[in-house]
Amino acid sequence: MAERREAAGMAETPDNNREALSQSAGSASVSAVNNWFVREVLPLENALIQFLRRSWRNRGEAEDLCHDVYVKVYEAASREIPDPAKPFVFAVARNLLINRSRREQIVSIDTVADPDTLGIARDEPGPDRAAIAKQELHRLQAALDRLPPRCREAVVLRKIEGLPRREIAQRMGISEATVAEHLAAGMYALADGIHENESGK
Amino acid sequence: MSDNLEQQWASAAKDIRMQASHWRERRDRDDFGPADQTELDTWLAQSPDNMVAYLRVDDAWCRADRLGALRRPIGPVGPERRVLIARIAAALGLAAVLGVVAYSQMDTPVRERSYTTAIGSRELIKLADGSEIELNTDSVLRTRITREERRVWLDKGEAYFNIRHDAARPFVVMAGTHRVTDLGTKFFVRHDTDRLEVAVMEGSAQVDANGKTGVKPAVLLPGDVVVATANSILETKKSVQDLSDKLGWRQGMLVFHHTTLADAAAEFNRYNREKIVIGDGAIARLTINGTFPSRNVGDFTHLTQEVFGLHVEKQGDIAVLSR
Repeated sequence: MAERREAAGMAETPDNNREALSQSAGSASVSAVNNWFVREVLPLENALIQFLRRSWRNRGEAEDLCHDVYVKVYEAASREIPDPAKPFVFAVARNLLINRSRREQIVSIDTVADPDTLGIARDEPGPDRAAIAKQELHRLQAALDRLPPRCREAVVLRKIEGLPRREIAQRMGISEATVAEHLAAGMYALADGIHENESGK
Repeated sequence: MSDNLEQQWASAAKDIRMQASHWRERRDRDDFGPADQTELDTWLAQSPDNMVAYLRVDDAWCRADRLGALRRPIGPVGPERRVLIARIAAALGLAAVLGVVAYSQMDTPVRERSYTTAIGSRELIKLADGSEIELNTDSVLRTRITREERRVWLDKGEAYFNIRHDAARPFVVMAGTHRVTDLGTKFFVRHDTDRLEVAVMEGSAQVDANGKTGVKPAVLLPGDVVVATANSILETKKSVQDLSDKLGWRQGMLVFHHTTLADAAAEFNRYNREKIVIGDGAIARLTINGTFPSRNVGDFTHLTQEVFGLHVEKQGDIAVLSR
């Protein structure tokens, strides 16, 4: 991790940040940063992943890059919450790509697209709430459908039927530990599914 | 991911996200307690890598509650689970078409949140139903609001609740081994390591040992105070004035009435990194009256100097009081 953070450039004081994070002294409170992150940053994931895939030679690394962008953005927000969020997130993404390009000396900086010219970094109102909700439900449903059958069954029994683990285990004829494994795998897949554009997969 | 090197690159985020998913799974269990929460908090504080991965999976899992919102009253669940899944799949398909309708019913966000206040800080939490929770210094509160119930866990610290009553959707505070059920109320709960204090300002609330048999639930009316430890529940009555003094922290003040110096010091220590230590047993029982800003240790120790002629010795973040 340390190597990756160093590679990501921008702010080079991760240790200070971590301290600020645990103490939340003289900076934004942890829960304020967390709530901001969930409300403002996570909804950008779909656009961010698209930007990273378009701008980086290896599409397979988009997930990793996305995570690194989140870490940088979170660290910055722990000092001061950026407002508005969207241009900031994409600026961090672009800097990350540029720094990594320099380090790997593989692609020239010019190949890193400017999010502005792609028209995705502007802070403009997106589609209305209802449309977003509909999209999200589609994604959730699609992600649920893609789960392996037993995993999907566990998630459905937990999330839709609201059954406790003991009962899920009984119904499925497996141990609670296996139910837990299925649920963790399901959570992982839903987190990808809820954000990602399927065509990008 | 065309070669091994790239696989290694990509596995870093995957690995952390998988760890975060396992944590979120643990967190979802009914028996997830304060000790587990502490372990989780430690893991989260280790690195922003952990934190962002956890926030991401937590957000997704909470939003996936919308799948649950699609659940229709489908009667007794049949023994044949394939039928069940087919029905759910059908419901999902239908609801996807009616996504807008489903969303409009989801105005109360169904999600879990965690709030932590640092020493000396407070936070006002506004719930979608109009209820408010004010979290005092050095406290940890988790909320889970669904359409069926409103449940919060006060893992440590103190909170003041001003709850909109909803008979169909009880508001329950879990604190250690006890449970407080709101019956339309303003009340506060203070949860220290092995002690729970609940006092009602308005309306009423019920305190019980979380369904444990043999322990009679206590119903509290305005002015009633309950102090519960692992083995006992003690009920007392206080004047409304006394109770509102106890809530002085909501204005950043500490109010003392015949409070011993030891107790006053303990109160200040909840709000400040700078700690007051009583260095001399004989002075612990001196009594204090008055209202003090909770963050101003210096003023307070200075006053004890002037009024009681105490000696104040500063040792870094510690102020030792003695004769």
